[in-house]
Amino acid sequence: MTQWSTGRPRRLDDAFLSAGSSSFSEFVSAYRPELLPSGRRLPSGASIEAPHGTTIVSLLFDGGVVMAGDRRATMGNVIANRDMEKVFAADDYSVVGIAGTAGIAIELVRLYQVELEHYEKIEGAIMSLEGKANRLASMIRGNLSLAMQGLTVVPTYAGFDLESATGRIYSYDVTGGCYIEGGHHSTGSGSVFARGALKKLWRPGLEEQQAVSVAIEALYDAADDDSATGGPDLGRQIWPTVAVVDHSGARFVPADVLEGHVQRVVASRRDNPGGAR
Amino acid sequence: MSMPFYVPPEQVMKDRADFARKGIARGRSVIVVGYDRGIAFVAENPSRALHKVSEIYDRIAFAAVGRYNEFESLRVAGIRYADLRGYSYDRTDVTARALANTYAQTLGAVFTQESKPFEIEIVVAEVGVDSDADQIFRLTYDGSVADEQGFVAMGGASDAAEERLGTGWRPGMTLAEVLRLAVDVLGAGENGERRALDEGQLEVAVLDRDRPRRSFRRIVGPLLTRLLGETPAPADASAGAGGTEPAAGDGGPASSGGSVDGPGSPTPPG
Repeated sequence: MTQWSTGRPRRLDDAFLSAGSSSFSEFVSAYRPELLPSGRRLPSGASIEAPHGTTIVSLLFDGGVVMAGDRRATMGNVIANRDMEKVFAADDYSVVGIAGTAGIAIELVRLYQVELEHYEKIEGAIMSLEGKANRLASMIRGNLSLAMQGLTVVPTYAGFDLESATGRIYSYDVTGGCYIEGGHHSTGSGSVFARGALKKLWRPGLEEQQAVSVAIEALYDAADDDSATGGPDLGRQIWPTVAVVDHSGARFVPADVLEGHVQRVVASRRDNPGGAR
Repeated sequence: MSMPFYVPPEQVMKDRADFARKGIARGRSVIVVGYDRGIAFVAENPSRALHKVSEIYDRIAFAAVGRYNEFESLRVAGIRYADLRGYSYDRTDVTARALANTYAQTLGAVFTQESKPFEIEIVVAEVGVDSDADQIFRLTYDGSVADEQGFVAMGGASDAAEERLGTGWRPGMTLAEVLRLAVDVLGAGENGERRALDEGQLEVAVLDRDRPRRSFRRIVGPLLTRLLGETPAPADASAGAGGTEPAAGDGGPASSGGSVDGPGSPTPPG
């Protein structure tokens, strides 16, 4: 029995008062497991069609990291959403981008944001970047049974490591494997094409604005060849979501700056659709 | 076979209350006081690691006196309660009033049912859109709740401290003014003698009304020195401790279009 189920105030359960874990997800999985994505069971053999989000690219620049995501969610051949956000601030110094089943992914990001803040409040200190990356891995691992029924979530995590003063990118697989990436990474259905673009466009020591431009161009190439990735929509003024993390924290690039980058990329591809240079 | 003596319930409760009060009075005081741009928490606490004041949620903070292990478990419980509520409902649905009620139930149940009452007193404060909307709840060892206006003093000699606060405090004071008042009150002895308290013996934090989302921040280092200094502090003194900070936003998954909140972390700024 909880104070929510009875609707009247009661003393805090022992679960609240017990010492030990500073992890929110561990607390919830012990106390109210049905609130977690991993606490739910689908009937075996069942599968459902749900909106799917796709391509996320991330790349390092000199002094930080950029992460960008397109805005499209698809359900089969239908565009389920054209202005969905897939890149989120995880905390002050890191961002997380998601590809996969949108509903589960957004829930997972919400849980992850609370997880990091919860730790920070209880411990009175910020978790190390490696620690944050590992927490995300264990949440993905908790989603494995849903992933096996088609509800996969594959995030990318990027942050600024305050100790070494550099940006870092962590990639994941569906089983919760966590890999540190050097340089750049892409995930989602358009990732193959984005990776090709990043290989040609990325180089060490890029400046922030160059990195933002490269990210947008890589997403352009992904959208060019992958129908589930949304290209820049000039008519509706829908630009990719681009986040920058550096020593001053995580921030999102404002729409007017993005518009400038997008216009330049689109103009440069006129009469040169493959971007040959 | 010996029969236990009959002890009237009034006596049991009185003994328990005396026991709790004695424990609380041994501790050093904490002052919670409203100022023009938020709510300030000032504790006499030489420890940099064991806090008496803590962030609970976006607009809510916690301060306590008494036995550390007892209020620490309530602090952690409060963070769990607030985060769970915010996660399953929405961030705006976490309120100091609900948390204070839950704490009151817990303290009351411990007071009557456990072998020993908690020897603690706590304040749950929530900063509002203006100082009229600020809420300060004071909870005592037996689970009683008081909705305080403007200021609270807890711990040893709290009655005398509240009296001094009552004469010195008025609505609309600046942060520097309320901090100097609080330090003055904390440093006042029983018989008029004074102790000088420097920054090293103080734990100071604020709920800053003007900060979006997580409004709690600790005030340490040069900013605290400046605020406690005799010279009137500059007008923006309450805002900018932290050097470079990301701009603010709500950071929820539905709104990554904004940017993240500044470091609301308890690490010393800059």
